[in-house]
Amino acid sequence: MRDRKQKQSYANWDYSLETSVPTGWTGHSLCVNVWTGENAEQEPSLYTVKAVFILDNDGNRLLSKYYDPELYPSMKEQKNFEKNVFNKTHKADNEIAFLEGMTIVYKSSIDLFFYVVGSAQENELMLMSVLNCLFDSLSQILRKNVERRCLLENMEGVFLVVDEIIDGGVILESDPQQVLQKINYRADDNPLSEQTVAQESSGTQEEAVFMT
Amino acid sequence: MIKKFDKKDEESGSGSNPFQHLEKSAVLQEARIFNETPINPRRCLHILTKIIYLLNQGEHFGTTEATEAFFAMTRLFQSNDQTLRRMCYLTIKEMANISEDVIIVTSSLTKDMTGKEDVYRGPAIRALCRITDTTMLQAIERYMKQAIVDKVPSVSSSALVSSLHMVKMSYDVVKRWVNEAQEAASSDNIMVQYHALGLLYHLRKNDRLAVTKMLNKFTKSGLKSPFAYCMLIRIASKLLDETEGGHDSPLFDFIESCLRNKNEMVVYEAASAIVHMPHCTARELAPAVSVLQLFCSSPKAALRYAAVRTLNKVAMKHPSAVTACNLDLENLITDSNRSIATLAITTLLKTGSESSVDRLMKQISSFVSEISDEFKVVVVQAISALCQKYPRKHSVMMNFLSNMLRDDGGFEYKRAIVDCIISIIEENPESKETGLAHLCEFIEDCEHTVLATKILHLLGKEGPRTPQPSKYIRFIFNRVVLESEAVRAAAVSALAKFGAQNDDLLPSVLVLMQRCMMDSDDEVRDRATFYMNVLQQKQKALNAAYIFNGLSVSIPGLEKSLHQYTLDPSEKPFDMKTVPLATTPITEQKTEIAPIATSKLPEKLAPSRQDIYQEQLASIPEFQGLGPLFKSSEPVQLTEAETEYVVRCIKHTFARHMVFQFDCTNTLNDQLLQKVMVQMEPSEAYEVIHYVPALSLPYSQPGSCYTLIRLPDDDPTAVSCTFSCTMKYLVRDCDPNTGEPDDDGYDDEYVLEDLEVTVADHIQKVLKPNFGAAWEEVGDENEKEETFALASVRTLDEAVGNIISFLGMQPCERSDKVPENKNSHVLFLAGVFRGGHDVLVRARLALADGVTMQVTVRSSEETVVDVILASVG
Repeated sequence: MRDRKQKQSYANWDYSLETSVPTGWTGHSLCVNVWTGENAEQEPSLYTVKAVFILDNDGNRLLSKYYDPELYPSMKEQKNFEKNVFNKTHKADNEIAFLEGMTIVYKSSIDLFFYVVGSAQENELMLMSVLNCLFDSLSQILRKNVERRCLLENMEGVFLVVDEIIDGGVILESDPQQVLQKINYRADDNPLSEQTVAQESSGTQEEAVFMT
Repeated sequence: MIKKFDKKDEESGSGSNPFQHLEKSAVLQEARIFNETPINPRRCLHILTKIIYLLNQGEHFGTTEATEAFFAMTRLFQSNDQTLRRMCYLTIKEMANISEDVIIVTSSLTKDMTGKEDVYRGPAIRALCRITDTTMLQAIERYMKQAIVDKVPSVSSSALVSSLHMVKMSYDVVKRWVNEAQEAASSDNIMVQYHALGLLYHLRKNDRLAVTKMLNKFTKSGLKSPFAYCMLIRIASKLLDETEGGHDSPLFDFIESCLRNKNEMVVYEAASAIVHMPHCTARELAPAVSVLQLFCSSPKAALRYAAVRTLNKVAMKHPSAVTACNLDLENLITDSNRSIATLAITTLLKTGSESSVDRLMKQISSFVSEISDEFKVVVVQAISALCQKYPRKHSVMMNFLSNMLRDDGGFEYKRAIVDCIISIIEENPESKETGLAHLCEFIEDCEHTVLATKILHLLGKEGPRTPQPSKYIRFIFNRVVLESEAVRAAAVSALAKFGAQNDDLLPSVLVLMQRCMMDSDDEVRDRATFYMNVLQQKQKALNAAYIFNGLSVSIPGLEKSLHQYTLDPSEKPFDMKTVPLATTPITEQKTEIAPIATSKLPEKLAPSRQDIYQEQLASIPEFQGLGPLFKSSEPVQLTEAETEYVVRCIKHTFARHMVFQFDCTNTLNDQLLQKVMVQMEPSEAYEVIHYVPALSLPYSQPGSCYTLIRLPDDDPTAVSCTFSCTMKYLVRDCDPNTGEPDDDGYDDEYVLEDLEVTVADHIQKVLKPNFGAAWEEVGDENEKEETFALASVRTLDEAVGNIISFLGMQPCERSDKVPENKNSHVLFLAGVFRGGHDVLVRARLALADGVTMQVTVRSSEETVVDVILASVG
């Protein structure tokens, strides 16, 4: 009975010592390496995406969502970050970058830039699958015209696509077909032209009749 | 009328961006048409889009206007246009925090989430949960439970993810849905599976047993979703880490098996998990490294990046494991993605040979300006590691670093370079002057106060000892003229060091100091006045005490003592000797620059560690009145590893007493130990005064008991003693599962290894940045000298190491590094003896057949000198 061996509790000791002396640690981890994130042992979680944004070719924000309230809480910080990311990425289409301690995957199309941001420890391929899903879904609802004007004309569709792919930082869906099916949205060829408005109003009249 | 309005709207939007010149007030004005009957879905949709767009651009909405728009929007639920309804959900989510009374839409959303239209149900759940609080959550609990197990995947996923968001706020409610989540986890849909797993883990993560069961279940049954696999791998590796599970554990097998998954995402996650495990051997790493090697030639940039980044991580600890990939890495150094190229090069710098260094450095300097700061830091760290590995390469590196220093870059980057240059200077005396010159040039135009002060400090330390100290004066005084207060103050301190060390510079320094006394900042003026007065005395001892070596006490300790002194005023002047000493000198640079390889440096913990012990001991009534804690030793193991009880001892030294702290752990899960104490039998005239037992020691929860002894007063030279230790306790057997102990127990004892107190326990390390000055300061009043032959020692390095660890003193002037191919060496040691007496040791070593050592000891107290010599002999 006496020679039972328990390695486990032995290890717990070292933990208790470490956690009881936080100051040395934090000071040290700062000078360690933001980059490998060595000391930040990550809690397994579904919160994969820190932010997603779409910029035009001047670096202006067309859409952006930040999911981690601690990451760039103010609008100013967000726009700064976007600007910085844009400056570092718009020249070469490199697909992946590492900035301000974040892994950023990106893609450009004509005059648009799509970015998905995750933490330094995040699985890069997971972020890629989000980016690809976003891009493919948009490409389909915009009928392959993935460019600024067309995107802006179908902004509601873009909002809906992003909402279906990511919910509060959790990947909700990664299959573009599923996304399209869920939002059931089609781009208009000639949005809100005079003619369509005329049709619309006649349509609403019918509806009004129906309602009465 | 509507048409006309629309037309105008169209025209204004016909530019390149229809949302370009949106006016919030105009949009809110337009939102009034929400109230028109019948509802025009297209126009309303367009307006909602504008509102969301504005919010997204950061436009601020006041509470009143937001609430007004929100209430108008609620009317749109009457329309059955799908997209419009979806946009309503989005608006609800966006406005949840800015509008008041958002709960008004609860019933509409509840209706949608339980309705027939599947398209609405998922998004309605997500919107509803966004505006729900704990009390309201209970009202919709029934619907949520149903939704989680709904057969429509989008509904189930939405419910699971929303539940996850709400765990933070309403853990107790969501916890009740664990059965539903369990059911959802066996869904066929891959996303539902993933979300269910995530929620289950979140609900159970504090219950290790439940997590283990869950892992067992899912690793056996197998999952479809690659995302879920990644999640499982993360959970498994966390559990492995927490339980210190060996690599023969089924969890490790599971992770390894994932290396053969058909999805790259899973394979990479598994490889990365293995690489990040703390104690992996090269053999266990091999399969992970080989899949990463394959990824290196992937056409996908993200995969190449991921692979090389992880390999870089491996190379930090196991360079040899990565050598097999050198060829693949070579192909990546010209990768168009500079991040990948940088990582490949820095990895090669770690694994490659000395001959390839020049080539790689050339390659990297061709594009260093293109990469982001984060990677520049990586490059600098690689260089720093290289300099330690191949000291001969320092001139190449120094050139490269000085070029980098001139480039633009943020603080982290510059700091990394400065740290690296400083460490090169310290390692290679011949590079000192070039290094200092580069740093001088850098501070001429440096916006970072921290770096400027650091460099000035270094100049003050090293500059006076270079052949031409006068050339640094200009750089330093320029700072006094041009910079902010903190830098000016640092510059004044540096100047003073030149004046104190170089007699021929003293008159000029005094003139400059005089000017500094007119500074507009208090601190700068104070320092200048202080140094001026010290320097004018022209006394070596004063210079040493107040200019070169400064305070060696712990700053928090000083604060506490001074506070105590002011609370309890007395006639006696404040005595610096009562202040605990700083345990680790702060100025050593080397530990800071080496973080790449070792992230867990024990020395780093030390300063706060002693303060913590001080607090802990002070809270025990028996130990009050012992005075300040002088020194705490590193823990000494008194048992073999993996025995039934694990005991280690920390020796705390006070002015006249010692306290032994025994940290005990009971590793038998069927025993509860009570009244645990360690009985000690001293071999010398040490007197055990008091035992403080640990009242209870349940399975695997460490506890401490203490023994207080009095040091012999009459014989101050009795510094070493051996104690035989026996742990005594009351055993109560207990049920291994419940931990319920039996009513009665029996006394038992357990023999521990002997504990030794040595001279090192009485001496605290203190770094004297300028040993020569300190040596003069103490003076030769109590100097004694003796010569010893160390027969058993073969090399100077070994001798130096032995002396340092034996005396427990701080090596100064980097004299712990023995230059190669030398037959003699001088080691300088500094410390403070118990009771607050400075003690300095100079050991001249000569290598002949063994090592001959001439030890000279100086101290302010004669007995201390005797103690040291006696213990060395």
